[in-house]
Amino acid sequence: MPTPLEQTLIVMPALNEEASVSAVVSEVLRTLRGVSCLVIDDGSTDNTAVAASRAGADVAQLPYNLGVGGAMRLGFRFARDNGFENVVQVDSDGQHDPSAVPDLLNALADADIVIGARFAGYGSYRVRGPRRWAMSLLSVVISRISGTKLTDTTSGFKAMGPRAIALFSSNYPAEYLGDTIEALVIAAKAGLRIAQVPTAMRERAGGRPSHNPIKSAVYLGRATLALLVGLIRPSTAIPGDEP
Amino acid sequence: MTIASYVLGVVAALLVLVIVIEMLRRRRLRERHAFWWLVAGVLALIAGIFPTTLAWAAQLVGVQLPTNLIFFVGIAILFLVCLQHATELTALEAKTRTLAEQSAMQDLRIRELEQQMNGRDRLSARRDEN
Repeated sequence: MPTPLEQTLIVMPALNEEASVSAVVSEVLRTLRGVSCLVIDDGSTDNTAVAASRAGADVAQLPYNLGVGGAMRLGFRFARDNGFENVVQVDSDGQHDPSAVPDLLNALADADIVIGARFAGYGSYRVRGPRRWAMSLLSVVISRISGTKLTDTTSGFKAMGPRAIALFSSNYPAEYLGDTIEALVIAAKAGLRIAQVPTAMRERAGGRPSHNPIKSAVYLGRATLALLVGLIRPSTAIPGDEP
Repeated sequence: MTIASYVLGVVAALLVLVIVIEMLRRRRLRERHAFWWLVAGVLALIAGIFPTTLAWAAQLVGVQLPTNLIFFVGIAILFLVCLQHATELTALEAKTRTLAEQSAMQDLRIRELEQQMNGRDRLSARRDEN
């Protein structure tokens, strides 16, 4: 009987992360014994793929940039075709702590998607202004349609179980913000159970989240649009499920 | 303005919005391509329901005939949509070229592997048959 970690694929979308990807992959493979690690090089122009491969990860190189959504769908397809039970999305810039992955996997026992949430009373992640309003709005709406209280719906630190892999490998939005917001709406509408686990975030290697008010206002608008579009779209069936 | 022309304006604007939103809903249209059509639909709806806003806007920008403002905004939106399509087309062409190059290079690598494994590759094998 393989351990949960042996049935788990860590998927790491990476765009020009030559500086950090090697350390992140090494830490993942060292901390999580038996896990498989797939780095999706999303059209990088630097040596991200070489660095990731030397650190011991499998590397899939996209011929041009598809965005996080496109990169993640490739990860879900790889997981489905190679028989992985779980996928954990981890950022390649080192802001996610790999030692939290077992907590996420444990929570998958009662859920199909587990979000590593940044605000759930743990760690020191802060945002202000329109960006904060956008995140609050998203939390309220997505909590309501998923039937669980979610405080951080735009987190890129997520664990997905077999039903979520089946759904997302055929249907994962590639639109900007679609990979976080619309993906959760699609999952909730398809009847997947969503849960969250509090996790601490580390400082990002390259800069802090933007506090430019115009950019934040644009973010609020686009997030609202992504949410509305997700809400009006019809629900999708999960491939392989009994009708 | 007669009631018939008022109704026509409102119904036409609503029709545009319904068609665009329905296509968005069925994933026949991506958000970024729907944006200008949604703007056009909303503007047409506002001008259709409250015709006075049109006269007010025309006066504001110094256009003497309100209808001319409609033509101007209509052409401007069509221009923006055309421009967006041209940039998308350019991006798509660049992507297909990249894919073609990658496919050719993969073919080269596969032939090298074939040669190492069998002593000959697919292309030279075909030459033997002739």
